[in-house]
Amino acid sequence: MILDIITSGLINGSVYALLAIGFSLIYGAARIVNLAHTAFYMVASYCIYFATHKMGVHPVLAMLVAIILVAFIGLAFYKLFIDPIREHEAAVLIATIAMAMAMQEIMLIIFTGDYLSVPSLVKGYLKIIGVKIAYQQLLTICVALLILAGVWALLKKTRVGLAIRSTAQDREVANLMGMNESRVAMITMGVSVGLAAFAGAVVVPLTVVNPHMWMHPLIFMLAIVVLGGLGSLKGSFAGAYILGFTEASVVFLIPLGAFLKGSVALSVMILVLLIRPEGLFGVAFEEER
Amino acid sequence: MKIPKFLLSILLIACLVMAIGLPAYAAKVIKIGVIGPMKFVQGKGHWNGATMAAEEINAKGGLWVGKKKMKIELVKADSNEFLSMTDATNAMELLLTRHKVDFLVGGFRTEAVLAMQDMAMDYKKIFIGVGAASDEICTRVAKDYNTYKYWFRGSPFNSSYLGKTSFIHLGTVAAILKMSLHIPKIKVAVVAEKAMWTEGMIKACEVYLPKMGMEVVGVWRPSQVATDVTAELSAIQRSGAHIVFTIFSSSVGITFARQAGELKIPAAMVGINVEAQKDGFYEATERMGNYVMTLNTYARGVEVNQLTPRFVNTYIKRFGETPTYTADTYAAIIYSLAPTIEEAGTLDADKIVAILENREYAVPSGKIGYLKDAQGRHLHELKWGPGYLTSLGVQWQDGKLVAVWPNRWKAAKGAPEITYKGVVPYKIAPWVIEKYKK
Repeated sequence: MILDIITSGLINGSVYALLAIGFSLIYGAARIVNLAHTAFYMVASYCIYFATHKMGVHPVLAMLVAIILVAFIGLAFYKLFIDPIREHEAAVLIATIAMAMAMQEIMLIIFTGDYLSVPSLVKGYLKIIGVKIAYQQLLTICVALLILAGVWALLKKTRVGLAIRSTAQDREVANLMGMNESRVAMITMGVSVGLAAFAGAVVVPLTVVNPHMWMHPLIFMLAIVVLGGLGSLKGSFAGAYILGFTEASVVFLIPLGAFLKGSVALSVMILVLLIRPEGLFGVAFEEER
Repeated sequence: MKIPKFLLSILLIACLVMAIGLPAYAAKVIKIGVIGPMKFVQGKGHWNGATMAAEEINAKGGLWVGKKKMKIELVKADSNEFLSMTDATNAMELLLTRHKVDFLVGGFRTEAVLAMQDMAMDYKKIFIGVGAASDEICTRVAKDYNTYKYWFRGSPFNSSYLGKTSFIHLGTVAAILKMSLHIPKIKVAVVAEKAMWTEGMIKACEVYLPKMGMEVVGVWRPSQVATDVTAELSAIQRSGAHIVFTIFSSSVGITFARQAGELKIPAAMVGINVEAQKDGFYEATERMGNYVMTLNTYARGVEVNQLTPRFVNTYIKRFGETPTYTADTYAAIIYSLAPTIEEAGTLDADKIVAILENREYAVPSGKIGYLKDAQGRHLHELKWGPGYLTSLGVQWQDGKLVAVWPNRWKAAKGAPEITYKGVVPYKIAPWVIEKYKK
């Protein structure tokens, strides 16, 4: 059973981590709470479905195209709807949720509410100590971890990463040091939406594509970033796996309450916040940044 | 600029003629509101079935209502009930107040239908439910006949009978597994989505399966929209279940079948999986849904009675897919409402109710008769069993949805065997055979 929990927890956690880190990135760097983040994940899934099923494109190529396309859509959305109201946090919240709803309705009109799917990249399964793990799941875990490593490298080893981190630490000082804060925000938005699209790409062969598939991950993603500490990438990473493993444990330990896996995971978040209100890796006060 | 007096008079007369004439014109049609989640397969079925019925009736010039011939006009209402109860009640309100429909067909989710039912009853409009299965919707008729008598169940039969039929399917598959694979005692894992309509069936499983000589190894309750059930599948495999009894009406049915097929979980899947009733299921599971068995209403090439082939074939020709049970709006209009309206010779709901509740008539899925409760009160609930409605047991075999039940089924000891034309034998998945064949 432990191996089952580890596998399921790793899969859930990796996908959540991809989403939550993208969300944290744009919040940390530009203080944008992008509630449309998981809607981009949904749009990427549809793009991949369309390319593979309607155009006959190879899934891997479809995934790459979808990631690039969705990243550009994200940038366009940023420029058109977020940038003009960036300084008004409440307006950004409302605008992004409206964007998400609009994307959902557009997908609903184009593809209807039918449940769709995309083929696995690798078929078959591996048996480890009696536990069957689909190759696609293993691939998903590996790719997700690889992407997370890539994001870490981008942030730590490149000039763009340095700019993003600097802006995240203190926008005003970064600006005073000659960084084009607006451009950094735009790049971060591109990376962030790209990560959401990547999450969509790695998870789409394992899931059912439908216009409402963004809602559940949105709630979880918000819970993760709050649990980990708003804007903290380390926190998002840890939070994603904590909630991923909690979900998996609920299914195995309380089968009758499998549908409660989300509620239990959110309760864990509340529990952590009661003990540590700033989240696992957050800072207590804005002034401390 | 001054408007000449005569022009003003003509305008006024025109308005008057419009005001008087339009309702008179409108009165020449029978308005039927078709309500359902129109952006989803269930709603599409509602609309397609109703469209076919209206086209057939109108092609014959309409229905005789007394001495007048009236055509059918359908009004489509998207209840969006999977996502919003408010949308469902708003859609119903529009049908009743703006469109002033004469009759209503459709509805899918019990939670939404209960609310929509109350609204229709307030306006004393006959509402034939095609989709929701909860018993409660009909027990309301018996408890408060004067208020709820305008409600009739059209399809499917209620949750209790759905459960009963599914248990018969389960028993049939268990017997096949026992005989073919020499399994002494069948272990069953019950997997039911978290929804109101499944509660009664889960309780029934825990009570009746041991009485049927089977062991319930566990009950799993994933969310209706779970996108990953590998954890549940691993736990089920560990439990040593030979059969997974599924109770699904939502997208989790696809996820579950796909992942079970991918991981080759050595257990036969039987029960209710609404997604598996649709032609698109095999593709939606990326061809992993083979050997899934579910209760269903229609299947290509299967003849329940003489009305089945005509309906199924015309539907396939017209819409390119096999009808699911929400397409029974066709039967609700063409076999339930139309003859009753003609017999009553009026659109008066009370007169139609009085005739309809006592009628017994053939529909493409069997024969409809309405039940009364133990105290003899009308329920407007569908009769179940041989000679009435039994439904089908269908299985995905080599990418095709075929009927496997009833196949030499005896409803009771000594009762005659029932086999519908076009039914084929049940197939056990090769990986289940591989696991248990000694």
